[in-house]
Amino acid sequence: MSEALVLGGAEETPLRDLASYRAVGGYAQLLKARAMPPQEVIALLIESNLRGRGGAFFPTGRKASFIPSPEKVAKPIYITVNADESEPGTFKDREIMLRVPHRLVEGCLIAAHAIQSNFVFIYIRGEYSTEYDVLQSAVDEANAAGLLGAVKILVHRGAGAYICGEETALLSSLEGERGQPRSKPPFPAIEGLYAAPTLINNVETITTIPVVLEVGPAEYAQIGAPPDSTGTRLFCLSGNVARPGVYELPHGLTTRHLIEDIGGGVPDGRSLKAVMMGGSSFPVMTPDDLDTKLDANSLGQKGYFIGSGVVCVLDDRTCMVQFALRVGQFYMHESCGKCTPCRVGTRWLVQMLRAVENGTASESDFDLALDVCDRIIGKCLCVLGDSDAMIVASCVTKFRDEFHAHLEHGGCPFGHDSSLDGLFAPSDQHAAHEVVV
Amino acid sequence: MSLADEIQKVARRYPESKSAILPALRLAQEEYGWLSREAIEEVGEALDLTPAYCMSVASFYDLFNFEPIGRHTIEVCTNVCCGLVNAQAVLESFERELDIAPGETTADGEITLRAVECLGGCSTPTIVAIDQRYRQSVTPEDVPAILEELRNV
Ligand SMILES: Cc1cc2nc3c(=O)[nH]c(=O)nc-3n(C[C@H](O)[C@H](O)[C@H](O)COP(=O)(O)O)c2cc1C
Ligand code: SF4
Repeated sequence: MSEALVLGGAEETPLRDLASYRAVGGYAQLLKARAMPPQEVIALLIESNLRGRGGAFFPTGRKASFIPSPEKVAKPIYITVNADESEPGTFKDREIMLRVPHRLVEGCLIAAHAIQSNFVFIYIRGEYSTEYDVLQSAVDEANAAGLLGAVKILVHRGAGAYICGEETALLSSLEGERGQPRSKPPFPAIEGLYAAPTLINNVETITTIPVVLEVGPAEYAQIGAPPDSTGTRLFCLSGNVARPGVYELPHGLTTRHLIEDIGGGVPDGRSLKAVMMGGSSFPVMTPDDLDTKLDANSLGQKGYFIGSGVVCVLDDRTCMVQFALRVGQFYMHESCGKCTPCRVGTRWLVQMLRAVENGTASESDFDLALDVCDRIIGKCLCVLGDSDAMIVASCVTKFRDEFHAHLEHGGCPFGHDSSLDGLFAPSDQHAAHEVVV
Repeated sequence: MSLADEIQKVARRYPESKSAILPALRLAQEEYGWLSREAIEEVGEALDLTPAYCMSVASFYDLFNFEPIGRHTIEVCTNVCCGLVNAQAVLESFERELDIAPGETTADGEITLRAVECLGGCSTPTIVAIDQRYRQSVTPEDVPAILEELRNV
């Protein structure tokens, strides 16, 4: 894979220890960055137009430029790296931490120099045990080699809560509270961790920073689909596809190319029915849009999102009602409960979808479900509820015939042949949420 | 080192000790296997927080156990990416072999089985976390050997 930059050098074997990372030029960019004035590093990031890989695609250099300079604030400046990676279908940050942990550490140190911070937290999801071990030993090794200088890097383990990936929930959690989002403004860049200026970026974003310096910002800005979707992306290909995996590719290749040429297409002579695009938080893609390029603008024009780089393939055995139901259960469980539309709406959607699946719904329930979605979107503190509403609404709208067939048939028309049949949501967690009507 | 000392050592690494509540709860759970009322009180004591506060935080997260669990845990991903490629059959195979439902522990106290949300290993389905370490590409046929292995550890 000649395109690999973020995973560069680790295509065959992981670069877990310092010596192997040094052998591919590791930490050279840190030295280069430390020789520049901090503002210059931010200017390079702006020039590269690197954008956030955590889901929202916000320009990284601009975000860093919002952080006030240390002489203007009486508080320390913090960096928190988001390694919570819990969006269903996302498994790229894990790959980074296992294969190029030192590149992530180097990125943290360059970012720390750029915004003049001396304290970096890496918030890693609690389920990642091996990933934690590998990353912690990279941090220890870099520390022992004197690379950290005045900077402290603390790897903080979460404890199982999807919402803690949302940046303000992450801050609450890191401060020792329940992981519930906070209202913005104030934005974390001004009042983040311990009410101090805080830069929050995804693992892949931070790990791309040394890459930007290495290839040069102007050159980086030419890779992929400039001007908006520059550089490469770690796509997470999964589901009904012959060769699933994390593929680092420039932005702008088509969805079809990724699935068919790189991923080997849908196996077993089946056909593609839908793609969970960007993550479970976004509208599903239908086959007629497979030639859409994988960059933010091309996807955006068709109503899709690049999200965290998820491309999960659903073949024709998939019952879309079961799919929407299982995704809905996930959001129901993960809603933090703070806002009524999200807390109640996610439950209603599950109940409605279950009624459709059982064949006990009526035609008017489809519009009711869409209405519930409408009443969630844009009406909550964070976008967790919106996420549920967006994917569910896309299933109801784009697969309405299939939803309808459940009513005609008095139950699931797939019988027990859907690939998702019997899919089991965490029982002990969900039993308490679902209200029987 | 006592649990309280260990917790306080971790807490000193943070600008504010309250930030150490998740690592502290994790340490307590590693020590006792689950978080009893006494364990929660111990965490509170070490961090100068009330037990009620510690419980309110702990109960927000999925990785803490508030009742005893088995000597081993088996957690099967049942979100859609693994589900599309047969996670249900893997879970059912564990259920059959262990004769328990997800969320339950075997009568001999050996094994707790759970269905969980996406574990972030979607390219090698089905992902099963065994004592918190991921096994990749688990199939229903692998289940008896996994259980055999666990019972001998
Ligand atoms: C419910 C929810 C979950 C999220 N989970 C993650 C996550 O696991 N990892 C992540 O990097 N960003 C996640 N985000 C996005 C973050 O809020 C934030 O935008 C991101 O970490 C910023 O980093 P970036 O600019 O480098 O992308 C989530 C957002 C929401 C609303
Ligand atoms: S939208 Fe949902 S998850 Fe987000 S803050 Fe409100 S209740 Fe919590």
